[in-house]
Amino acid sequence: MGSRASTLLREEEIEEIKKETGFSHSQITRLYSRFTSLDKGENGTLSREDFQRIPELAINPLGDRIINAFFPESEDQVNFRGFMRTLAHFRPIEDNEKNKNPTAGEPLNSRTNKLLFAFRLYDLDRDDKISRDELLQVLRMMVGVNISDEQLGSIADRTIQEADTNGDNSISFNEFIKVLEKVDVEQKMSIRFLH
Amino acid sequence: MLAPRTLSLLLSASLLGFSGLTLPAEPPPHPHHPPPQPGLNGSDGALSADLPVALRVFSVDYHHVQAPFEIVLWIMLASLAKLGFHWSGRVPAVVPESCLLIMVGLLVGGVIYGVRHSAPPTLSAEAFFLFLLPPIVLDAGYFLPGRLFFENLGTILWYAVLGTLWNVLGIGLSLHGVCLLASASLGDVSLLHCLLFGSLIAAVDPVAVLSVFQEVRVNEQLHILVFGESLLNDAVTVVLYKLFESFLRLPSVSGLDVLLGGCRVLAVGLGGLCVGLFFGLVAALTSRFTSRAPVIAPLFVFLYSYLSYLTSEMLHLSGITAIVTCAVTMKQYVEANVSEHSNISIQYFLKMWSSVSETLIFIFLGVSTIQDIHMWSWPFVFSTLLLCLVWRASGVLLLTAVVNKLRRNAVTFRDQFIIAYGGLRGAICFSLVFLIDDFPKKRLFITTTIVVILFTVFVQGMTIKPLVELLDVKRKKRALPTVSEEIHSRLIDHLLAGIEDVVGYWGQHYWKDKFEQFNRKYLRRFLIREDHQAPSSILRVYQELERREQRGDEEAPPVDPRRHGRPLLPEEMDSIRRILSRNLQRFSNKQTPAYSRHALHQDAAVERPRRPLHSHQSLGEPCTHHTVTHRPQQAEDREFSGAHRVRAGLSRSHTVCSISPTLSPGDPSASAQGVRVDPEPPEAHTSSRHQAPEDRTAKKQLSFILQNEQQQ
Repeated sequence: MGSRASTLLREEEIEEIKKETGFSHSQITRLYSRFTSLDKGENGTLSREDFQRIPELAINPLGDRIINAFFPESEDQVNFRGFMRTLAHFRPIEDNEKNKNPTAGEPLNSRTNKLLFAFRLYDLDRDDKISRDELLQVLRMMVGVNISDEQLGSIADRTIQEADTNGDNSISFNEFIKVLEKVDVEQKMSIRFLH
Repeated sequence: MLAPRTLSLLLSASLLGFSGLTLPAEPPPHPHHPPPQPGLNGSDGALSADLPVALRVFSVDYHHVQAPFEIVLWIMLASLAKLGFHWSGRVPAVVPESCLLIMVGLLVGGVIYGVRHSAPPTLSAEAFFLFLLPPIVLDAGYFLPGRLFFENLGTILWYAVLGTLWNVLGIGLSLHGVCLLASASLGDVSLLHCLLFGSLIAAVDPVAVLSVFQEVRVNEQLHILVFGESLLNDAVTVVLYKLFESFLRLPSVSGLDVLLGGCRVLAVGLGGLCVGLFFGLVAALTSRFTSRAPVIAPLFVFLYSYLSYLTSEMLHLSGITAIVTCAVTMKQYVEANVSEHSNISIQYFLKMWSSVSETLIFIFLGVSTIQDIHMWSWPFVFSTLLLCLVWRASGVLLLTAVVNKLRRNAVTFRDQFIIAYGGLRGAICFSLVFLIDDFPKKRLFITTTIVVILFTVFVQGMTIKPLVELLDVKRKKRALPTVSEEIHSRLIDHLLAGIEDVVGYWGQHYWKDKFEQFNRKYLRRFLIREDHQAPSSILRVYQELERREQRGDEEAPPVDPRRHGRPLLPEEMDSIRRILSRNLQRFSNKQTPAYSRHALHQDAAVERPRRPLHSHQSLGEPCTHHTVTHRPQQAEDREFSGAHRVRAGLSRSHTVCSISPTLSPGDPSASAQGVRVDPEPPEAHTSSRHQAPEDRTAKKQLSFILQNEQQQ
């Protein structure tokens, strides 16, 4: 496995990934070895089954949605670039990045993009709105079976009510951002990737 | 405001006078004592000696009650002083309570000294360590923000262990240097003595820190860092102190002894931890069976905690670590097992005892300052003061530089300043210095310790607040998290745990999840009564909401005015926001207010009892409330609406129910149905009315389902 890993990942690719995601060289190689260890089929891409084989992910209430988030629209396989692109959202925001040239495009791990990632966990149909049903689905996953539908519905209603400013009974992305403005998303949604 | 203050001062003064008269070394002869008859015991009451003499109607037998009487007098004095302090208007804002108490103590000590011309009673180390310190630490441990503490545990340990070592060695060695320089007056203070002194003076004191940080509202990450450090450095201090003390008794010290000393630090800390864990789990288990005798349930909390403290003191382990661990361990299970009233009792007793203890400690600090045994030495005292500050500052700077690389949430420079400056010394140093074996310069040590304590408490304690404001330390935000924030934060937590699994990185989410699973599967099953095991914390929150509605919590924060006109229920939102902020796991430490000694039922308090009431009486009566709510309410009748909220309970028909006064500043005569519907078009009005009955039936079913679930 090890030798295959190093041959399959060329320097140019590493550079490209580095530029796109901001990970360091060693982080990329380390994550690549993780990628290949997950890739049981050894075809350079991961399928949903590969993810589901991770035991803790299986018992995570949002496991399916998280797995889904790795796969681009209507595709069943994700390659290493896609894998890294998703993981890049969880890179901690470093101070020197905050002052970067704003015209260079927003980095993947910016606050907005982090929130967009979380938003997309709710918004399955990608209509840029979290409807009451979508919210209910996620709440049901997080809360389990011991709470009644009515109670859950009330909680969902309250959640929407707190966020909803234009009265369409659903949460748009901007409303989502506004509701979470006091939460330290940069810190919460960051993983310290080992160097 | 002046009258109660003068009243309490008068009372205190009279108590002082009384204590001055009654605290001499030997009791004066009884004023009404009859002339001693031969063969009769002189201290008997008047009765047996009365045969030839007439019956005494009134006599005083002070000797009989002397000890408890004096103790009660002291406690009374302390409490009255505290009361007077709180009534004195502007003073608490400037001078922290601990300073005022010390000043009262100084006053009392001066009075006693003046009256009796001998030293007033000092704070005995034994009384301090066995009786006065445990309640404070227990209170602190019970209300410790657990999640925040564990998130920052690495940093706290880093500061506590390494920081204390740095301070001890630094101060000890530098003081020795000073003694060598001033060898004329200080030449007989050996290196070991200096190290011993360093070990007791370097430790930051939790009591002092707590009392000063009460007044200063810093963000709670900072609070937990300083406070956690002050709690955990007890292990290091105890070991070093005992180590150097035993070294002093040994003829010589070898490297092996030092190494063994290092191992002892670990053993002491871990030992205290284990003792605390053991007693905490046993206490949790015991509380499971207290349903038949709920009145004594709170007693177990105190008994087991105190037992853990005494046991670890007996084994020469760190008592503070033990009691804190015990409290932290047993808390969630006890709260789940024990009735609501018992929970409140526990909390109030904890606060009461710790308050009394703290007050007594500070007063005694003041009293004990007035003594004959002071020995002054300018170079020693001043260099100690200087060195304490310098070494603490440098220690904090260095350690933070290292630890910031490993932390996600860096400790800023301003935070570091507050950590360094907030390192107050207190009564622990004071007691430890009295315990030193006698040697020529012991009195100098005592004097210096007192000076350092007074300096840190007064100067640093009083100036820390303006400095905090000056440096614009990130203050805790008063805003309460909303339902959305809680839910989305929970989502993000799960998301992060999942991503960490994908990455194969065992971050803090992994361990937290693992612990939660273990907790849920084994510990909670074993330690919590069957009927109290709540399935999910969002459900718990919901139940809590119901419960508090029924208790008629009047602390609703004002509703955001833009909520007017919504079909859904803003008042409920306030309630759930309040409940959530107090009950759900805290996800962002910037939002949570720090622990407050003086407050229980405020938004500032940290943890709340989460358990629903035993008797869900209100669950069974939603029907009757409906009729009540239909009556049109007038907004002016605040009490009625207040009481109404109490009775409304589950029916939650706040759209048709009356409003809390804060909601309708501009609606003088809002009727029940139309209170926030004025700006809305009539359809919405009717639809909300329409909804209300359905809501109510829905809620009625809801409540019954809730009840059923509870019984399962």
